[in-house]
Amino acid sequence: MASTEYWNEELETMSRPNLEKLQVERLRKTVEIAQNSPYYSEVFKKNNITPESIKSLEDLQRFPFTTKEDLRSHYPFGLVSVPMEKVVRVHSSSGTTGNPTVVAHSQRDLDQWADQVARCMYMVGCRNTDVFQNTSGYGMFTGGLGYQYGAERLGAVTVPAAAGNSKRQIKFIMDFGTTVIHAIPSYATRLAEVFYEMGIDPRKDTKLKIFCLGAEPHSEEQRQRIEQLFGIKAYNCFGMSEMNGPGVAFECKEQNGLHIWEDFVIPEILDPVTLQPVPEGEVGELVLTTINREAMPLFRYRTRDLTRFIPGECPCGRTHRRLDRFKGRSDDMIIVKGVNIFPIQIERILMGFKELGLNYLITIDTVSNNDEMTVEVEVGEDITISDYTKLQNLTKEITRQLKDEILLTPRVKLVEKGSIPQSEGKAVRVKDFRKNH
Amino acid sequence: MTINQISIFLENKFGRLSEILSILRHENIRVIAATVADTSDYGILRIITTDQQKAFQKLIENKVSANMNEVVAISVDSCIGQLSETIDKFTQSGITIEYMYCFSFNQKSILVLRSSNMAQANEVAQKNNLNTLSEAELINF
Repeated sequence: MASTEYWNEELETMSRPNLEKLQVERLRKTVEIAQNSPYYSEVFKKNNITPESIKSLEDLQRFPFTTKEDLRSHYPFGLVSVPMEKVVRVHSSSGTTGNPTVVAHSQRDLDQWADQVARCMYMVGCRNTDVFQNTSGYGMFTGGLGYQYGAERLGAVTVPAAAGNSKRQIKFIMDFGTTVIHAIPSYATRLAEVFYEMGIDPRKDTKLKIFCLGAEPHSEEQRQRIEQLFGIKAYNCFGMSEMNGPGVAFECKEQNGLHIWEDFVIPEILDPVTLQPVPEGEVGELVLTTINREAMPLFRYRTRDLTRFIPGECPCGRTHRRLDRFKGRSDDMIIVKGVNIFPIQIERILMGFKELGLNYLITIDTVSNNDEMTVEVEVGEDITISDYTKLQNLTKEITRQLKDEILLTPRVKLVEKGSIPQSEGKAVRVKDFRKNH
Repeated sequence: MTINQISIFLENKFGRLSEILSILRHENIRVIAATVADTSDYGILRIITTDQQKAFQKLIENKVSANMNEVVAISVDSCIGQLSETIDKFTQSGITIEYMYCFSFNQKSILVLRSSNMAQANEVAQKNNLNTLSEAELINF
């Protein structure tokens, strides 16, 4: 077997029987902790779940599912399982209309998260001699601090560039000798474009070695294009704020599936309708149970992401199963520029304008390497369209409110009543023309 | 006096102007004045017809986004300085003009004007003895 370096060899190459034993132990411990959360103590009572009753992984079937709605309706701290004195950080999703989702972390959780991200970065070749640049948004976005602490744990030189300002990103890459970079796939292509516009060939003129791509689903074609543009390897990374953030699953050097860390979560792939396990290797909804988190454990959390386990063993020697590239979602959430957006967020804002009608259409397209969202909305009965200034101000105000809510600036287009085609059944609210979706 | 003008929200979609005008034609309504300016996503078509109430109703029935507002139509003799003098009367009274359109023929000029305060604009017109036209007078001009 080819020699591979592991951040934590014992855990990463643990035999399946031992790994499963570890999972049961940790599941039991997690139930013990979660008894302290108002939400889960109810759930456990209703379903006769006690730490002692957890004997095998089959016992997971006795747990009901946790959904995003459960997190929202117990906002902010209904699922927190430790005293608030132990919580040292909260992350929250966007959403000012209606409750966002909040995840709380203890110091131990943060340390474990950092270690896990370090493990992922080490797996694809990042070392403490590397210079790591993070182009993810910081603040509440978990891609910011998540990678930050993971890269520091690894010991790399970290450049917390945060999002945007491509010329500045490039200056850092050139001046600091960045070797490892994290970006969303749509930004990676944009960055390459700016490089070439500036007359710099990233393949020859930079020290870049490794690209970490995350926060957005992307195709194999898009990954390969990024690899060609930069002349380096680009690795697919999966994370979600409910499971900390980045570091939940990561490709190894084989680039054939993302190892999901089974010492951190128990993953299940279930039919999104029947919620029963699908036959091995088939696509279903990824459902995750945290087994190494104390402030806010989650049991059988429905991610709504559709994927499958890639059967067989990975040549890298890691025994944690691999997830395939995500196929889509079992809900209507969309991701634009790495930001999660639900059409209902947009709808709620539009409904607040008496000048507007009920029909709208969200289209997403790639325009010169930039993903753009356009919101077309029909004018209503109440619109006074007698002057341009009023219409322009209306458009501006709609744009401003949308931006505050979804954290992205869409292009807002007022259209005539009845001009958006109506469908027979469920309204089509989103049309995604991006090539990779 | 003021007259009714219909303002129509027009998406910048090929053929839309033709579609709207054919509705009026179909209802035997004659268009007396029409203007639409260039913008990118949408435009506002402003029209005065021989029967504003009927035109408005029919447009609404055809799901056109329309509404009515007041403008003042002034007729003057067509000669050098007339437009300038007429507008001056409004300027001197502190009235802002939001938009206007005008045309001359047969030694007469018609100026259609919209101000942010139509009541005030109307007063100024009366005070200065400007010849404001009623809808009927405009139709039979």
